[in-house]
Amino acid sequence: MHANSESIGMPLAQSWRIQRRVIWALFLREILTRYGRHNIGFLWLFAEPMLFTVAVTALWTATKAVHGSSLPIAAFAVTGYSSVLLWRNMPSRCIKALEPNLSLLYHRNVRPFDIYIARLMLEASGATISFVVLVLFFHFLGWVDFPEDFLQVAAAWCMLAWFGASIALFFGALSESYESIEKLWHPTSYILFPLSGAAFLVDALPAEAQHYVLMLPMVHGVEFLREGYFGSKIVAHYDIAYMALLNTIFTLLGLAQVRKVSRAVVPE
Amino acid sequence: MIRLTNVDKVYPTRSGPVRILREVNLTINPGERVGILGRNGAGKSTLIRLVSGAELPTSGHVERHMSVSWPLAFGGAFQGSLTGLDNLRFICRIYGTNPDDKIAFVQEFSELGIYLREPVKSYSSGMRARLAFAISMVIEFDCFLIDEIIAVGDARFHEKCNYELFAKRGDRAMIIVSHDSGYIREHCTRAAVLAAGELHHFDNTEDAFAFYHEEAMLAA
Repeated sequence: MHANSESIGMPLAQSWRIQRRVIWALFLREILTRYGRHNIGFLWLFAEPMLFTVAVTALWTATKAVHGSSLPIAAFAVTGYSSVLLWRNMPSRCIKALEPNLSLLYHRNVRPFDIYIARLMLEASGATISFVVLVLFFHFLGWVDFPEDFLQVAAAWCMLAWFGASIALFFGALSESYESIEKLWHPTSYILFPLSGAAFLVDALPAEAQHYVLMLPMVHGVEFLREGYFGSKIVAHYDIAYMALLNTIFTLLGLAQVRKVSRAVVPE
Repeated sequence: MIRLTNVDKVYPTRSGPVRILREVNLTINPGERVGILGRNGAGKSTLIRLVSGAELPTSGHVERHMSVSWPLAFGGAFQGSLTGLDNLRFICRIYGTNPDDKIAFVQEFSELGIYLREPVKSYSSGMRARLAFAISMVIEFDCFLIDEIIAVGDARFHEKCNYELFAKRGDRAMIIVSHDSGYIREHCTRAAVLAAGELHHFDNTEDAFAFYHEEAMLAA
């Protein structure tokens, strides 16, 4: 029996095995091509987001950033900026992701979807490790307490990751057909950052502004996360059902677009 | 067995859709070696990619009831920023094979020495070709798809390749795309000609060559 015998109507279990194998191979390859074997190598995976978050924390501390609560700035920054990195880097990495990987598509079992998933897993692991390590480190320094509700923080983190992954699939696949997506994503993500709830609590905004800002799905995720983290110390505004609905819509649009791209893509 | 049924392939271009393949039917049985002839741009590589599953047909069906290789060509299917060894490991992971007992073969066959641990983009085209062929021989398939594989390299290397492909794997099915008529005559049991998007089948290679030359004359 030779490797990879296949026909129409392959059992689901076998497809799943192949898919896992391919995604894992792409994941390892992605780490190698992005971080290489020089200096700290794959540690950059989370060192990079950590540096970002630490720099923002330092900046906000130095400027005594006004965020509308009595929470310590470090705690505020680590929850807020980590969330931004989680959902914002995923689309950035998935836009135009196929081009450098076109030669790999010569292998039948490597599909565009696998390339996206491998990159999403990499982004999610980097942001998550960075978040956890920073919370531990800041706790060690005595700057932040541990979350009041670990489970809620984890759930909120997953919601934000889902949001990031769904828009990443959608914009990533769309960027293969429309080059302007790449150009538009940068200014959009730049504008979305201050609006995303990373740098303020919704409760501190005027009622009118709250209404508008709560149209953005990631704001719900960040508020939910902060409630889990700080619990009684803040008043959070969120509607997880609303966020889940938008996530679902983006996921479906994304999967449809990935399917379309998969049918049209030409290996190089 | 591999079977293509009424396969069409259309590519979008700035001047509208172009149909590269029309109503192509092809059946490959285990052990058969089929040559594909056709002028430049006739769609030979497209056909090979459709058989391999790397691309999907616009309409029609491709069935694979045996394991089929990726289109083996000198160069493609590799990542330039990775080392030869990383590429070997990647391919092994994708196809679910343990790379550890393959390293020695690739090292020996490719004659790359220490360069196996250098990025592929630093290789000469000859080195790339040797690596590509060596890695291609690491995964076993029932059917090998060969796209102009003897285009590069010296005579001794060709001999090594031919031994691996046709002596050690003489029982496998193969689809061979080549401009070299001698190569197709020597290694194929039958041949087909791609012309104007249609695939013309011939029971023996001589008839295929006769048709191919005639068609080439008419076009010229």
